[in-house]
Amino acid sequence: MALLKRVIVCLDVRRGQVTKGIKFQGNVDLGDPVEYAVRYDEQGVDELVFYDITASAEDRNLFLDVVENVAASIRIPFSVGGGIDSLDTMRTVLLAGAEKVSLNSPAVRNPDLLGQGAAAFGAQCVVLGVDAKKVERTTEIPSGYEVVIQGGRTPTGKDVLQWVTEAEDRGAGEICLNAIDTDGVRDGYELELTRMVADAVRIPVIASGGGGEPEHLTEAVTTGGADAALVASMVHYGDYTVGEIKTAMAADGVAVRITA
Amino acid sequence: MSQHPATLTPMSVAILDYNAGNVTSVAHAVRRLGYEAEITHDHDTIRNADHVIFPGVGAAATCMSVVRERGLDIALKDAVDSGKPVFGICVGMQLLFDHSDEDGGVECLGLLPGRVRRFELDDPSLKVPHMGWNPVTFAEGEPIAKSLVDASDTACYFVHSYYCDPDPSVDVIATTDHGHPFCVGVRKDNLVALQCHPEKSGPVGMSILTAFLEGS
Repeated sequence: MALLKRVIVCLDVRRGQVTKGIKFQGNVDLGDPVEYAVRYDEQGVDELVFYDITASAEDRNLFLDVVENVAASIRIPFSVGGGIDSLDTMRTVLLAGAEKVSLNSPAVRNPDLLGQGAAAFGAQCVVLGVDAKKVERTTEIPSGYEVVIQGGRTPTGKDVLQWVTEAEDRGAGEICLNAIDTDGVRDGYELELTRMVADAVRIPVIASGGGGEPEHLTEAVTTGGADAALVASMVHYGDYTVGEIKTAMAADGVAVRITA
Repeated sequence: MSQHPATLTPMSVAILDYNAGNVTSVAHAVRRLGYEAEITHDHDTIRNADHVIFPGVGAAATCMSVVRERGLDIALKDAVDSGKPVFGICVGMQLLFDHSDEDGGVECLGLLPGRVRRFELDDPSLKVPHMGWNPVTFAEGEPIAKSLVDASDTACYFVHSYYCDPDPSVDVIATTDHGHPFCVGVRKDNLVALQCHPEKSGPVGMSILTAFLEGS
């Protein structure tokens, strides 16, 4: 026996509500984050991620209330991302009950945050979120995947492979790797990218962006070599329960946690 | 002991406060199960509690220095000697031993013989920290696992880079595997300890906490 592969559900939160971006329609509110969290916990999800998508000052307290209420209500670990740009904001969400913090754009702008967070709270607390976009291979970006920030709008000129290994050296304890090109398409994860990153680092890698069917998660943790796969819309709209996904993965021979 | 009948007053649980990470989640879990939980380093509160939990996430050296500074080494030993149920979790398990190799070597509480070692794994696919869900094998008849009827559903949540290596005289009640089998649970009479986080381990974790709070 060994560590099981994890299924992680990501919840975007806006003004205290779970929300989902829909093409051409903007954001649609889905409901109470605590209700969603408890439901997924009961379905056997291994971890949750809460993302503060507005990260505006006025919504920040509403979001911290959500984090505290979630911590009091679920029996599994969860991480928090969005608006984490200093040791203070890290400390605040960890004290509110989150297990880990996820840093994306702020880590690109200020890579020292990774090491500072790891020194203060332990590397296992610090997740590096990376948005990766397929580009032409150049001498600057030899892997053919570029780090983009601000939800994919801004290219950084950084090579994904170079960035994840640097982040590992600086103290990141886990990588959440989101493929911008396949995100929301629900046609499978970017397996080549996932495998490349999983082979390059010795910290756990979460595959994100593209999960639509249970076999996609199986591919991510086998062919892709990921330790975990992240889903959102495929469970938010009721197409699948987490239990159904894990049962299908187990049937494919993947070691996952199946709860009674 | 409580002054009131247990039917009227919930049993109280003292959760030792030594600035370790995420102690709140232990308190949340205990309260959800219907018990009173207090995160405390007050010796009287600890003495009067029905149960004591020694939780924690953190580095051994810092943890030990706060434990000593607050006299929690003495309070914990008194609690163990009093016969009430005491539960060490994660770093709270590791600190019970003689010595930890973390932070260049730290002298710990010495309530159990043995030492705490770092994972040294050759296989590059095995990662340190050992983080995530791993199935646990419990010793037969171990009271803390009494409600875990399905042997295929014992996965617990772990986050740690060091593991306990007890002397052969210690009763190992739980093991798991990460590169090699290792001890993740020990018991000595009323003192029980686990490396995993029952407060983060879903229904399995809740059933472990319930068994402890019911007196196991």
